[in-house]
Amino acid sequence: MRVSQGTFSFLPDLTDDQVRRQLAFALRRGWAVSVEHTADPHPRNVFWEMWGPPMFDLRDAAGAMQELKACRAAHPDRYVKVNAFDATRGWESVRLSFLVQRPPVEPEFELVREQGEGRRMAYTLRTRRPPEP
Amino acid sequence: MNAPKTDNRAVELIDAAPIRAAERYRAGVLPYKAMGYWQPDYVAGDTDLLALFRITPQDGVDPEEAAAAVAGESSTATWTVVWTDRLTACDAYRAKAYRVEPVPGTGPGTATPQQYFAWIAYDLGLFEDGSVANLAASIIGNVFGFKPVRALRLEDMRLPAAYVKTFQGPPTGIVVERERLDKFGRPLLGATVKPKLGLSGKNYGRVVYEGLRGGLDFMKDDENINSQSFMHWRDRFLFAIEAVNRAEAATGEVKGHYLNVTAATMEDMYERAEFAKQLGSIIVMIDLVIGYTAIQSMARWARKNDVLLHLHRAGHSTYTRQKTHGVAFRVIAKWMRLAGVDHIHAGTVVGKLEGDPNVTAGVYDVLREPVTPANPQHGLFFDQEWAGLRKVMPVASGGIHAGQMHQLLSYLGEDVVLQFGGGTIGHPMGIEAGATANRVALEAMVLARNEGRDVWNEGPQILAEAARRCTPLRAALETWKDVTFDYASTDTVDFVGTPSAA
Repeated sequence: MRVSQGTFSFLPDLTDDQVRRQLAFALRRGWAVSVEHTADPHPRNVFWEMWGPPMFDLRDAAGAMQELKACRAAHPDRYVKVNAFDATRGWESVRLSFLVQRPPVEPEFELVREQGEGRRMAYTLRTRRPPEP
Repeated sequence: MNAPKTDNRAVELIDAAPIRAAERYRAGVLPYKAMGYWQPDYVAGDTDLLALFRITPQDGVDPEEAAAAVAGESSTATWTVVWTDRLTACDAYRAKAYRVEPVPGTGPGTATPQQYFAWIAYDLGLFEDGSVANLAASIIGNVFGFKPVRALRLEDMRLPAAYVKTFQGPPTGIVVERERLDKFGRPLLGATVKPKLGLSGKNYGRVVYEGLRGGLDFMKDDENINSQSFMHWRDRFLFAIEAVNRAEAATGEVKGHYLNVTAATMEDMYERAEFAKQLGSIIVMIDLVIGYTAIQSMARWARKNDVLLHLHRAGHSTYTRQKTHGVAFRVIAKWMRLAGVDHIHAGTVVGKLEGDPNVTAGVYDVLREPVTPANPQHGLFFDQEWAGLRKVMPVASGGIHAGQMHQLLSYLGEDVVLQFGGGTIGHPMGIEAGATANRVALEAMVLARNEGRDVWNEGPQILAEAARRCTPLRAALETWKDVTFDYASTDTVDFVGTPSAA
């Protein structure tokens, strides 16, 4: 399957040039860029591993690209995304977040149903990771 | 002055000293101006509630008297003097009309009878804390049927910060909604299941599944989908939630379906909302027609249960659309931010329903900004401090399609739910393809905007480029290429810009 998380997941995977332009946009707006990675893209897995803290003082997209390339190199089999964080009062949250790497084989999600009374159903989603190569 | 021929006390009472109070409260009828409801020197305080009315007086009625009458009838006055006023601090309880101006483009030489804008101040103590019902009963309770005005419209209000702080506000707000959904940087996408009526629960769930799987974030019940004979509400909820979970498994994304819990009684609504929550629904929906009190009750329920609350503004056009009479939608939007909803339908500009670009921009600001400064061009007459109240996500729904994506993004920004009902389900290749077309068009447009491209002018070209790689988008653009709803707006702003000294 193709996990469709992040701002641009319905477009073809972004080229590095496209990624750089998005980072430049975020930095122009004063947002702090950060890189995160995970092996489990469960939709409720909100805390991916941080590739260092958000780069609050970075103003140059090239610097962010270096970090992101280093993260990719260290974790070629994981999802990698970049976030842009806006610390403005009233936001204080992520304003842009998109995938910049997918694993060669993406996991599937298994939907587990537990039947209850009155046709009620309790649903659980489980990440089914592909077998190790 | 053409005060009604009622009493000669009017003029004498202008500087009424305490000694004249006996005169002022003698039984009889006085012009409202003379009763203290017109105070041109009044300086509104920070804790006053301010209202701007558009008044069309009856022929021969003096505009200041009409304004005073509106102030009087929306606060303490009745048609005759009552001595019991003197048992109260009546000067404080009286609303004060303090400014009247002719509305540009009305009166002699135009096709429209003369109208006036009237500014009225209300003491904070007139209102019960945290109650939209009390606010509405006070400001629009009786006065709209008052005979001396031919028509009356509540254009805007300034709600003092001290009053705003007495309301819960949106249970979730834009920021936390995005964090729960894990969706940032682009408008959210939705669609209303069509046809509105007649689908069984199972067939209905099929539409939900296809739309979500194809790339939408939300599907939605329509305003009149409640619990009719063709589909019991519980059946709909069960099938819709099955669809939501299947779509999450197929995409790895958080998805939702607005389950409309609108019903005859609060007990029914709570029962339906509880059931939705137990099934794991992240959002429930209500209609504006359930009333302000019911909305506030559901807002409290939603806050307590961590469920998003979607409001469909069903019925609003009966009183918001005509410019001369009623309540402007920007006022309803302010009330709903107080009452506490997370989503509210607020106009598309380009779709099939009423929505002047300037008026719509003003409404979106009211819903989304931490402070809304006065902006007469957008219909906002007052600075409004929202005192940390959470933000409401506007919803653009009604007659929009993928080919308008550049216009929608330019007009409405990115904190909005774009809902393509017909524009998804009516797609020639099916519902899933319709959803994909919208999602691809949206992401391509946001990507281009962020890259610094001029999406307003290059929009069609950006869509065409994206469509080269996406057959569903190509089909959508071809099917709806000529569809526009280009009619003159009814509700527009009457504002003449003052040329600034260069």
